[in-house]
Amino acid sequence: MATAVFRPFEHQIADPDEVPKKHYLNAGFSAKSWLLTVDHKRIAILYLITVTLFFLIGGLFAVFVRLELMTPAADLMQSETYNKMFTMHGIMMVFFFLIPAIPAILGNFLVPLMIGARDLAFPRINLLSWYIYMIGGVFTFAAVLFGGVDTGWTFYTPYSSTYSNTNVILAAVGIFITGFSSILTGLNFIVTIHKMRAPGMTWFRMPLFIWAHYATSLIQVLGTPVVAITIVLVGLERLFHIGIFDPAVGGDPLLFQHLFWFYSHPAVYIMVLPAMGVMSELITCFSRKKIFGYEFVAFSSLAIAVISFLVWGHHMFTTGQSIYAGMVFSFLSFLVAIPSAIKVFNWTATLYKGSVSYQAPMLYAIGFIGLFTVGGLTGMFLSTLAVDVHVHDTYFIVAHFHYIMVGGTIMAYLGGLHFWWPKITGRLYPEGWSRFAALVVFVGFNLTFFPQFVLGYLGMPRRYHVYPEEFQVLNVLSSAGATILGVGYLIPLIYFIWSLKSGPRASANPWSATGLEWQTTSPPPTHNFDKTPVVTGDAYDYAKFARENAKAEEATLV
Amino acid sequence: MSEHHPALAHHFEDLDQQFEAAGLGMWAFLVQEILFFGGLFAAYLVYRMSYPEAFIQGSHYLDITLGGVNTAILICSSLTMALAVFYGQQGNRRQLILFLFLTIVLGAAFLGIKAVEYTHKYHEHLIPGPMFHPEEAHPPQMQIFFALYFAMTGMHALHMVIGIGILVFLIYQARQGRYSVEYNSPIEIFGLYWHFVDIVWIFLFPLLYLIGRH
Repeated sequence: MATAVFRPFEHQIADPDEVPKKHYLNAGFSAKSWLLTVDHKRIAILYLITVTLFFLIGGLFAVFVRLELMTPAADLMQSETYNKMFTMHGIMMVFFFLIPAIPAILGNFLVPLMIGARDLAFPRINLLSWYIYMIGGVFTFAAVLFGGVDTGWTFYTPYSSTYSNTNVILAAVGIFITGFSSILTGLNFIVTIHKMRAPGMTWFRMPLFIWAHYATSLIQVLGTPVVAITIVLVGLERLFHIGIFDPAVGGDPLLFQHLFWFYSHPAVYIMVLPAMGVMSELITCFSRKKIFGYEFVAFSSLAIAVISFLVWGHHMFTTGQSIYAGMVFSFLSFLVAIPSAIKVFNWTATLYKGSVSYQAPMLYAIGFIGLFTVGGLTGMFLSTLAVDVHVHDTYFIVAHFHYIMVGGTIMAYLGGLHFWWPKITGRLYPEGWSRFAALVVFVGFNLTFFPQFVLGYLGMPRRYHVYPEEFQVLNVLSSAGATILGVGYLIPLIYFIWSLKSGPRASANPWSATGLEWQTTSPPPTHNFDKTPVVTGDAYDYAKFARENAKAEEATLV
Repeated sequence: MSEHHPALAHHFEDLDQQFEAAGLGMWAFLVQEILFFGGLFAAYLVYRMSYPEAFIQGSHYLDITLGGVNTAILICSSLTMALAVFYGQQGNRRQLILFLFLTIVLGAAFLGIKAVEYTHKYHEHLIPGPMFHPEEAHPPQMQIFFALYFAMTGMHALHMVIGIGILVFLIYQARQGRYSVEYNSPIEIFGLYWHFVDIVWIFLFPLLYLIGRH
């Protein structure tokens, strides 16, 4: 009788006859079969490799920043060099890691699989978007090699126009180009989700990962072109001195900030919405329960996307914008908390009375809930006009957005990567090490960034490498935490690479999860499904395993 | 039957689904284009509100006749494009190629006239930047008007050039016999793009040439 009972996670290693002979990874081995592929899964792998590369470059700059901040004096580099270090860290991480990370890797791989399609709607445009990303990356990397940029990742005028003497144009061209890769990815997802769903896959049967990516795509398509044209204007200003942001002929440098944040605030949600999509998949699977309040979680993604376009002015409370505009922006910024809180509460409610287990993906997911909550609540401090004036441009801001971007996005990205790694590569990674790494990341992250809240509240401004001596203890703590965090990132890098050759073969559904992506083999065949799946029920029907158990038990009793 | 149509990509069920996907893709792309131009329109709005006199004086330097003729030419090119789509759906290859060609001619005429206008501005020292030296007295903010004029019309002209490039490709494809009654979606979808570029000009013309002139 006991043998008939189903236990999740029991069947992780594939039976010999379960391993597919032909799949997307061994469909071709030549460089051409990879570089000219139109298979969304292979393009996801191309993104995985290159995005990881940019993450390492961006991380390297963070190493220099944290090293310099170990002591109050400037003992490693000059101000100019330090300015370049934090600028290049920001540019690499924001534009080349955080924005593409989850959509272009996990989204690319999973969107067609989850809705039962054979590919994205425009496979060649998908490949094009990777090439555009790479060309943009080459330009920006060239800017690094030729001496870097020192404007901050925000390219504020007149730092970037009248007063800059670094490679602004080169870096800006790179970001302009990369923006179009993001637009094309979003466009592809929108069309795919509208037109390519399998029979029976209605909107309200879609996994919440898809809803989150749909909302993300809307922001990518609506926001990114605005920053693109803004960068064009900065380029024209810098090359031809046309005066558009130059106060000498009446130009307004603040117009740049308005246009920039019109995109770059929603861009924060380009980074975190897909992470929220990953979260809904992880939480349900590892508590073996249907998501609590499916419609609310789905629509909160859209609500975040809509509101995100109405809050950019909260980056400009101290720039002398109208106090009434400030009040409206403050109010609207508070509104973002509502859909965000809906998600956090619903994930928590999903855990309630679930059979929760703590595999590595779940550890990241639980870490996400805590860190995102801290990041979100400190966001409320910042949308409060008076408090923002106090902590504006201090380490409080730095800590806040790292809690969202690193504590939120990277935690979910790593959680998602651990969750779908067996599907992507067909291999299992060592479980003990992966749980250990998740804990190291969590501890390292908090040690790095929690002291920065305190530093900022005490008044340490961001973007300075010389500071009063009383701030040293907290800065040393932060640098020590960054070291631990770095180790936490390297461990998965090592065992993931190890698993490619030496990991045990993964079964088709190692987590006993419900999504369509688990119904095909690990790794999937080139056309994803041997025959088009037909969907007959809601997403996250984890109760079905219990039903099957009951049925099996009945059968044995008879 | 349509299963084996050579234009059907492997990941679509049938040509209808493929056409719908491509059409939605183009609409999404055009939304993106609106936001792209939207940044420029926002900048125009802000500066026009701040410096109305400078903008009115700037608009007096623009040649309303050439601008008007160009508007008429573009509207005609929208007509020829619409006819090309129509004959594409009819499967009439001769007329399709004729009207695609006429669209190219009208588009090129527009760009030619635009080039003449740009040359005039160059001779009148109205290019923003260090070369900006109009003969008459002017408020310094007039340079911003011309910065926006060149940025907006230049970005529009760039879209025209790309459009003409695609038209050449469509004619090539049509001559190869790629399009038929069953399969002509590239023409229809490109038509959306061409009309969009025309509409942008319909907004640019009054904003830059007409408002404030009496």
